[in-house]
Amino acid sequence: MTAVQLDTDTAAAVAGTQAQYLTFVLAGEEYGVDILRVQEIKGWDSATPIPNTPDYIRGVINLRGTIVPIVDLRRRFEMAMADYGPTTVVIVLKVQGADRMRIIGIVVDAVSDVCSVAEGELRPPPDFGGSVSVDFIRGLATSDGKMIILLDIDHLLNAVTTTPATG
Amino acid sequence: MSIDLSRFRQTFIEESREGLDIMEAGLLGLEAGTCDADTINAIFRAAHSIKGGAGTFGFSTIATFTHLLETLLDQVRSGDRTVTRPTVALLLSSVDVVRLLIDAALAGQPEDDAPTRETAAGLRALLADTPVAGAAAADRLVPAAATGWQIRFRPHAEMLERGNDPTRLLRELGTLGTLRVTPDLSTLPTLDALDPEACHLAWDLELDGSDITAAAIASVFEWVEDECTLTMTALGLPEPGATASAGDAAAPSRPAATAAVAASSAGGEGSSLRVNTEKLDDLVNLVGELVITQSMLGQVGRDFDASKLEHLQAGLAQLERNTRELQESVMRMRMVPISYAFNRFPRMVHDICERLGKRVELRMSGEGTELDKTVIEKIGDPLVHVVRNALDHGLETPADRLAAGKPEIGVLRLSACHRGGEIVIEIADDGRGLPRERVRAKAVERGLIGATDVLTDEQVVDLVFHPGFSTADTVSDLSGRGVGMDVVRRNIKALGGSVELRSRDGQGTTLSIRLPLTLAILDGQLARIGPQTFVVPLVSIVESLKVDPQQMSSITGRAELYRLRDEYIPVLRARELFGLPPEAASDAPALLMVLEAEGRQAGVMVDELLAQQQVVIKSLEANFRAVRGLSGATILGDGTVALILDVPGLIGLTQRGGDQGRPTRTSRDAVAAA
Repeated sequence: MTAVQLDTDTAAAVAGTQAQYLTFVLAGEEYGVDILRVQEIKGWDSATPIPNTPDYIRGVINLRGTIVPIVDLRRRFEMAMADYGPTTVVIVLKVQGADRMRIIGIVVDAVSDVCSVAEGELRPPPDFGGSVSVDFIRGLATSDGKMIILLDIDHLLNAVTTTPATG
Repeated sequence: MSIDLSRFRQTFIEESREGLDIMEAGLLGLEAGTCDADTINAIFRAAHSIKGGAGTFGFSTIATFTHLLETLLDQVRSGDRTVTRPTVALLLSSVDVVRLLIDAALAGQPEDDAPTRETAAGLRALLADTPVAGAAAADRLVPAAATGWQIRFRPHAEMLERGNDPTRLLRELGTLGTLRVTPDLSTLPTLDALDPEACHLAWDLELDGSDITAAAIASVFEWVEDECTLTMTALGLPEPGATASAGDAAAPSRPAATAAVAASSAGGEGSSLRVNTEKLDDLVNLVGELVITQSMLGQVGRDFDASKLEHLQAGLAQLERNTRELQESVMRMRMVPISYAFNRFPRMVHDICERLGKRVELRMSGEGTELDKTVIEKIGDPLVHVVRNALDHGLETPADRLAAGKPEIGVLRLSACHRGGEIVIEIADDGRGLPRERVRAKAVERGLIGATDVLTDEQVVDLVFHPGFSTADTVSDLSGRGVGMDVVRRNIKALGGSVELRSRDGQGTTLSIRLPLTLAILDGQLARIGPQTFVVPLVSIVESLKVDPQQMSSITGRAELYRLRDEYIPVLRARELFGLPPEAASDAPALLMVLEAEGRQAGVMVDELLAQQQVVIKSLEANFRAVRGLSGATILGDGTVALILDVPGLIGLTQRGGDQGRPTRTSRDAVAAA
């Protein structure tokens, strides 16, 4: 009993300073999401488009009986479109909404790595004066000399579920 | 060593609620004069189990309070007390108090103890006023009032093995008064001889409190009577009249204790469902059949050749049947009798009539009609609204009724039955009916209609459903605030149902509510629109026909109409609506599906009709959000997702010229609960 408690305590202590991130590639840039929010990673398969939704919503898929919306992250960030290839994957994330957890998938070019980042090493994103929205960036980290953009997925993806349909 | 009781707490709360319902129904029965021993026993048993449970889970206020209630009921049960109207009224309000306490415990809020104290004082006063001399039942200890008790409590060594925890008993004793505990360590063995599963301790207890009876203490130890040696000595002599001073030391409210309970029960209200064992057995049988089919198919598949094709087909057919039956059986699990929603009405009607000075007989029928649990939960409030309306506006006072040549006692009928794939709930009164002229006048006054407009009866009735519409001249606490019928209609519509009001002057009003049996499954027609497959609920399809271009016409170049047997119906081009690429050739759209909802029709252009099948409704909102024109999604046989059209929403689009009305949400909650 006591031993178990100690273990979780240590884990909590480590998590306090070191958080693990799943990193993925999007048009050559490295992004990261909190690994504890990742439910699973699956290959890209077709999705059923939903009418009257922004174009970055690819549609919905059937994930073992649950309807899960899929967000194309390239389109979400208004980046150039690329064809989906063999490395294209869907990262299924648990997103904390205002009232409940939602399951949302994001399409990315490829997953790359898992890296540990100490909370203190996070750098705030620079202000681009509105030309690039940085709301959904938690911070910037460096791993092996590369910059990783850590995303605040709650902020990024909750907007998806609250924007009223246009059209 | 202590068991985690929190997971049983929900069960306790549910069982207590059921117990309270039983008590309430029984008490109302008592009042009607049918006072038989069975009813009293049922009421007593319910009170007793609530008390026991409350003690176990540390809801001390509830335990203390129900203890008083139980004592009173015990006297009634043993025939020492006759039931009078004030007694029943007091018992009914006690039921309310317990209900409040349970709600407070569930919500984790400290309960408002004013009503508790008041009712407890009432009960005590009644108890103190011993009705029959020598009342105490022979098998009970003589109820004596003492200033305190000296108790020696020596649990037998095996008490812990039976799952009884002495500390819990001590805690419960503590709820009766001030408790001083002195442990007796004389029998404690040395460490090497210690059996950790035996109880080696004994306690000397001193309990202070002026209104504690020996029976109250004995009832704390009721469960462990055979597992301990218990001696009780009263401290001080009962002073004459001490029992009569009921209120002062009454109901020790313990904010600290309740707060602790509150914190731990704040985990949220998970909903659970009681399932009839028969249904469960059915399910087990079906699963058994499914397993047999599976092993049969497995055998066929092991060394398959063309000669076994017939076997395979038979097996697949069997599998299909098993699956269908299994599905139906599982759906039946979600079905609960509507009496769950109806049960509250006898009490409500009783109370409201009392307040309004009306006499009404409530007749209920079809309480056994089953419908989806989610639906039952959602129609509770609308039904309350409607019943209140009927009592307040519909039914007249006895004097008015006699003047109108009607029997003095009004009749309110609540009924439920299955009709087709729907359930129909009717609330009918034989009151004065809808005052059409006043409704009209009110509508004119509010600018809903012009003073000279000619309205059909139907249209007048429809006015009642306007938001904020009320004909009541005075706002009472029952109705008249104008937040009635429109809310009712909106709630019912949100469930995919409809409301219809019929009224005849002087003869009464009938409100019919039609609801789908379940929110989780629908019969769908698959249709192809552009490259995508959509599901259209079969119930809303009137007909499908090949488009005759001759019959198409348009208004102001935009709104399109189709002439169907001398009727013009608005046409929606689904492709445009859903932002799909328009057809390649101009004459491509082949079929017009005529859809109906809420009495209005519209045509939707589709490219092809595919199969008809039952689909399981999945929520879009669970992980995404509501989308205009869609009521949900489903998963087709090939594992892909198909979207379900929201027919009332689509038809609404033709009516309001494509405004941003929210789609109706028929599926969300069913799926969230599934």
